[in-house]
Amino acid sequence: MSNYLKDRESQILTKGNDAAEISCDKKSLAGSVSQRACVFCGSRVVLYPIADALHVIHGPVGCASYTWDIRGSLSSGPQLHRLSFTTDLKERDVVFGGEKKLYHALIELIDKHQPKAAFVFSTCIIGVIGDDVEAVCRQVTKEKGIDVIPVMSEGFNGTKKDGYKIACGALSKLVGTNNDYTPSKYSINILGDFNLAGELWILAEYYKKLGVEIISCMTGDGRVEQIRRAHKASLNVVQCSGSIMHLAKEMKEKYDIPFMKVSYFGIEDMSEALYEVAKFFKDDEMMAKARELVTNEISKLLPALQPYRQKLEGKKAAIYVGGAFKAISLVKALRLLGMKTVVVGSQTGNAEDYKLLKDLCDEGTIIVDDSNPNELSEFVKLTGANLFIGGVKERPIAHKLGLGFCDHNHERKEALAGYVGMMNFAKEVYASVTSPVWKFVK
Amino acid sequence: MFELNSVPKAKENYKATQNACKLCSPLGASVAYKGFKGCVPLIHGSQGCATYIRRYLISHYKEPIDIASSNFTEDATIFGGDENFKLAVLNIINQYKPEIIGIASTCLSETIGDDVSLFLHHFLEKHPEIDTDFVMASTPSYQGTHIDGFHEAVSSVVKRYAQKGLSQEHVNLFPGFVSTEDLRLLKEIMADFSLEHIMMPDYSESLDNPVWDTYHRIPEGGTAKEDVVKSGSAKASIEFGTILNKGKLSGRVKSKQLSNTGAQFLKNEMDVPLVNIPMPIGITQTDAFFEELKTLSGNEIPEKYTKQRGRLVDAYVDAHKYTFGKRAVVYGEEDFVVAMAAFLDEIGIELALVATGGESGMLENEIKKYCPENKDKVVVREGYDFESIRDWSLENKPDILIGHSKGYYIARELNIPIVRVGFPVHDRVGGQRIKHLGYSGTQELFDKVVNALIDHKQSISPVGYKYM
Repeated sequence: MSNYLKDRESQILTKGNDAAEISCDKKSLAGSVSQRACVFCGSRVVLYPIADALHVIHGPVGCASYTWDIRGSLSSGPQLHRLSFTTDLKERDVVFGGEKKLYHALIELIDKHQPKAAFVFSTCIIGVIGDDVEAVCRQVTKEKGIDVIPVMSEGFNGTKKDGYKIACGALSKLVGTNNDYTPSKYSINILGDFNLAGELWILAEYYKKLGVEIISCMTGDGRVEQIRRAHKASLNVVQCSGSIMHLAKEMKEKYDIPFMKVSYFGIEDMSEALYEVAKFFKDDEMMAKARELVTNEISKLLPALQPYRQKLEGKKAAIYVGGAFKAISLVKALRLLGMKTVVVGSQTGNAEDYKLLKDLCDEGTIIVDDSNPNELSEFVKLTGANLFIGGVKERPIAHKLGLGFCDHNHERKEALAGYVGMMNFAKEVYASVTSPVWKFVK
Repeated sequence: MFELNSVPKAKENYKATQNACKLCSPLGASVAYKGFKGCVPLIHGSQGCATYIRRYLISHYKEPIDIASSNFTEDATIFGGDENFKLAVLNIINQYKPEIIGIASTCLSETIGDDVSLFLHHFLEKHPEIDTDFVMASTPSYQGTHIDGFHEAVSSVVKRYAQKGLSQEHVNLFPGFVSTEDLRLLKEIMADFSLEHIMMPDYSESLDNPVWDTYHRIPEGGTAKEDVVKSGSAKASIEFGTILNKGKLSGRVKSKQLSNTGAQFLKNEMDVPLVNIPMPIGITQTDAFFEELKTLSGNEIPEKYTKQRGRLVDAYVDAHKYTFGKRAVVYGEEDFVVAMAAFLDEIGIELALVATGGESGMLENEIKKYCPENKDKVVVREGYDFESIRDWSLENKPDILIGHSKGYYIARELNIPIVRVGFPVHDRVGGQRIKHLGYSGTQELFDKVVNALIDHKQSISPVGYKYM
């Protein structure tokens, strides 16, 4: 493995060959062409799906342009989150300050769009030019009577993960601000689902069958009002834990709401999630309903998966995704299709995630943190992978080298959560891996 | 400290930007750098700048696009990005072994006043063994748009390598930000005229690769630096675009001096004659381009092209009624929009709105100059965003939208057709293969525009006609 940058070696391991634990939670190495983005990106993706809030990006134009309507987060109502707002700072603002522009932009946009709250994202230069964003937000809050929340997400100020934390801080300013709500007996918040391709609606159907009320989802199909009363829930069910754990922990401390980590990808994890929630509420009837639901779904799903499994048995997959917890579910889901994971990595996994991954994977699997195109392309060649699961930036690497590809990133248009999601996943993997086009590539 | 009473009541013209119709400067620089052989772009700023730009470009080109970042930290922002910059350079050299590292600055590095030339100087003193070349473009995103970054990077490469010499037979071609297919077409045209040329930049291969067996850290293609050296002794430069980097001056307070484009530099410093024409889209502008090639090569226009032209005229005639009087909204980068509008003008389309996110202050003049049929009634808007285009369209009900993918939501809301041209095309395959230039590119555009109008008429018709 001499082709990797020396300073990156501790973030790569092969199960069975390397005894040491993988190193992670580090800043990306300059010049390494990391697949990660920045602090701003972390904050932006977490808050993005809140559909009735105004998301204003304070800075020069780029950050707003590149994040306009890029997530597949669906809303059942308002679509305000899909617009891109920016103060579009110019050189004169860099010299004289951008506060006035920000103030005027907020007034104009709030008058035009009547949002329920506003998030103001500071990008790289805002702190450097000395804008007092918090003061502007306070002023506009006073004038317009809605929460205008500063999100101090200067890109250089840490990693994408730090951006998650900052977004959680912004959410926590809304949580607990509406006490006039009486939840039903069994109520939860869903944390860390972003309603990509309508996945939240699939889960909501399941929870409804169990008799569980979803008070809020943070942040898929999100609404400001629901977030305000999220503290009334009995339980926080946390998916994408890397992005939203800070909030779950804070709500535990502040409101004594327990949380549990789940995943909705693949049959095992999906079923486990429903059972765990039923177990939490200690309600036999709910547990019976959960069993019935799972049995029903699985009895339909397993035979339906069979033909796909036959074609995919023994194929090898590489996974490189944003969060490591998702990667864990994917390894299991691939096993269900008879596929073996030979490379697995993430942009933002933590030590605990990687330990779970290492325990789960087969000998010889390459595990990697914060990788880059050179490494990833080498890993897939080295292991002879047939499929790559990743996002937009990984797709051309896979395609160029003649591998099938499954999009598991936040832009995807196919729902992959729940039982129906497992079916979609199988279909997508099958469509890509067994396509006749590959014969021209070799 | 922000104080309300310091906020003027009536703000002068300032509006927030809603769905910007422009991108930032380092994106354009990255594309341009990809058009030089062995060049790896390095964006000197936060990790997100490089990653967002990669993602944006990959969604259009469907290619691996490696752009390095110096990955600023909090310390770098306070004490300067020197250390990060040097580390980035070393790691790029270790991984990619590039011939050139094309550096683009960012809003952050420029605001904190990083002097990259000085960093480089110190760095190379310590590392005399390094034989990689460096090119530096100043591209803060608070100056101009991605087009200005594009021209800045091209210009930086030319300034770095061009050498003055006795005038030779070859010509320089500065195509501007066009598609990879357009670049391939231009190369074919030059070859057919037996004109040796230097294309700056040429990303026809590096951003549109065949499949690979192993990963190419630096994709093939791009104009070699040895050829850029020769650009200083060319017979002439042809530069597409008449607005070029003029938008870079908007909002400036410090230096109001505009840097030369590559072609202007060669003219001013090395006496290479410069022919400045709009991008050759439509018959009129393609004729102008071919006339120049005829003059420069001393050869007649090859029959292949006179025939293409003849067929194009024939097509214009066959379908003229479908386009006449149809009201179009055209948007995008300024020079591209001028060329596209000039083409639409000659097929009888009414230019209802011509809009750009750029702010050169020149667009209206140029549109009126190149669109004689529309010059008295065309509405031209600079510094426009998509929400303004939407508001305008809802009120004025155009028949068709012509521009890149990001206008799709407006076409959808109005239930009118959109013809996707330019950059980015994120919601279709083949954006990089759209041919816009020359008679053959115009032919394809023309067919697309006519068929989009016919398709719409057919789909809203209560009768399912199977003929036109």
